[in-house]
Amino acid sequence: MTAARSASGRGAARRRALNARAIFAGPGLLFITLFMTIPVVLVLVYSFFQRGRFGGVVWEFTLENYARAFEPVYVNVFTESLLIAGTTTVLALLIGYPTAYAIARLPQKWRTIALVLVVLPFWTNFLIRTYAWIVLLNSEGLLNRALVDIGFISAPLGLLYTPGAVIVGLLYAYIPLVILPVYASVERLDRQLLEAASNLGASRARVFFDITLPLTLPGAMIGAIFVFVPSMGNFVVPELLGGGKTVMVGNLIRDQFLETRDWPFGAVLALFVIALLVLLFALQAYISRRINGRTARA
Amino acid sequence: MTNLLTIAHVSKAYGSVVALDDVSIDIAANEFFALLGPSGCGKTTLLRAIAGFEDPDAGTITMTDNTPTANPPTTIDLLALPPNKRPVNLMFQSYALFPHMNVRTNIAYGLEREGLPAAEITQRVDEVLEIVALTDKATARPQQLSGGQKQRVALARAIVKRPKLLLLDEPLSALDRKVRAEMQIELKRLQHEVGITFVVVTHDQEEAMSMADRIAVMHEGRVQQVADPITLYSKPANVFVADFIGSGTLICGTVTASGFDALGTRLPAPTTTTTGSAVLLLRPENVTLTTDPHHAPLRGTVVETHFYGGSSTTSIAVPGLDAPVIASHAGAPTVHAGAEVGITWDPTGAVVIPG
Repeated sequence: MTAARSASGRGAARRRALNARAIFAGPGLLFITLFMTIPVVLVLVYSFFQRGRFGGVVWEFTLENYARAFEPVYVNVFTESLLIAGTTTVLALLIGYPTAYAIARLPQKWRTIALVLVVLPFWTNFLIRTYAWIVLLNSEGLLNRALVDIGFISAPLGLLYTPGAVIVGLLYAYIPLVILPVYASVERLDRQLLEAASNLGASRARVFFDITLPLTLPGAMIGAIFVFVPSMGNFVVPELLGGGKTVMVGNLIRDQFLETRDWPFGAVLALFVIALLVLLFALQAYISRRINGRTARA
Repeated sequence: MTNLLTIAHVSKAYGSVVALDDVSIDIAANEFFALLGPSGCGKTTLLRAIAGFEDPDAGTITMTDNTPTANPPTTIDLLALPPNKRPVNLMFQSYALFPHMNVRTNIAYGLEREGLPAAEITQRVDEVLEIVALTDKATARPQQLSGGQKQRVALARAIVKRPKLLLLDEPLSALDRKVRAEMQIELKRLQHEVGITFVVVTHDQEEAMSMADRIAVMHEGRVQQVADPITLYSKPANVFVADFIGSGTLICGTVTASGFDALGTRLPAPTTTTTGSAVLLLRPENVTLTTDPHHAPLRGTVVETHFYGGSSTTSIAVPGLDAPVIASHAGAPTVHAGAEVGITWDPTGAVVIPG
């Protein structure tokens, strides 16, 4: 009798906890439903129908859009995008990880200043920052001038409007997105684990590769995804710094919706990028769980 | 007894905070040694200095190898070695088990760093798993273990290296009371079995008293007294140790040529050679209550009594003393709260502490 009553009491308590959770999660859920779930479902639906003449869709089912995505011209765009975004991500990790590691090892007051400096570029408009790279990289630009003046080169180099310029622009735009999650994971790392490894006979290099690196890998992977995915989808940087010679998936999608008015095909391309994103996050979660045992943490 | 570890005149300050103030301690081979003191007394700093995670500002820490193979005995200057080269292992308070490795790989980690052959590593890990009774948990991750099991893995990871000296930082503080009592016995047994010198840092005097062969009591960066538990309890070197170790009553007074004077009367006390101001320490078990207040050296009113089954304690408020006098004796309480009682003791049961 008593047991039954206390069990129902526990049930009520659990219901109350659920209600409270619903209230707190409500606004976020509503936002995600309105601005993410519904648009993604729309994109999915569009991808199976035919294009309208002035945009929109004609409600006739087809798989044509998917077949078209595998034509060589689009496969090439995807391959080049993967190459550029991949190179950007690798470089961002190579530069961002040591930077984040160094910041996390600074005294507390310097850490805050360093982090503010990392996110400072975000306070300037993205377009303006990208235009600044044109000023730096063009044949009459600061870099070429300086190199010619010191006699390092005799004629200006064609730096702008190359895949290299696109990578530099993307790298500059997204490197804080690597630094911040890596910083968070290095800072959260239990210093005693490093001391324990050292006490057991590990050299400083071994401590880094055996303990620090594996335990901060999930954070580094999050950073990598944060750089890789928007690099794939970016269309401003390839246009401004690639001079239209470098076409990335982002440009292609933008063109389908705004220029050629082929929404269904644009939707298919967008879905491929979304699928890639989901795949990468699943991989991150899997590796994260492998490293941290049962308690998966970013 | 031969010295294993010699700590001489070690000092360490963080800015204006003095963590260690001219600390000198000798620790013998195969000894179970405890560093005891309240938090902030410098005991953990000393432990970390031995392990190599703190650099003392002054002083030396040396280790002497007296094993028959080392003839003549060789002395190692620990402070000259980086932490990973010191023949010392530390068991961390938080255990610091590697979360991305299982129990076996955690324990094997230190042996792998020594570059031992894989077969030997497997054999030694198996042995130590047996000792700490965790053979069936070899493939579990630290997150899947209970507090007591984690503690045993941390211990196994340290002793598998067969260090001459094992440092333990508050090894039992994270465990609940029942597990802690079991672990105290376990640690003591293990120390005998593996023949390693243990240095334990603890703030828990019962833990130190029950496990250690000798204890260094520390306070504000200084060593107050180094002695075996019985000496610490019965002959504290100063008021801090008298107050910190065990319970008892401290009475401030003056030692004259003829006896100990306090509270306007002459109190029973052992004879001492030095005169001047001093403190008289009365341990509860040496205090006897009488129902004849007028012929006792002290008298007071019973505040409360506690019965613990086999024994009981009585608190008596004495005019002129800040804290009540505690008396303990076997059996049930013989007086009630509010009763006027006399307090007496054998002169040899009290301790006179100069100061």
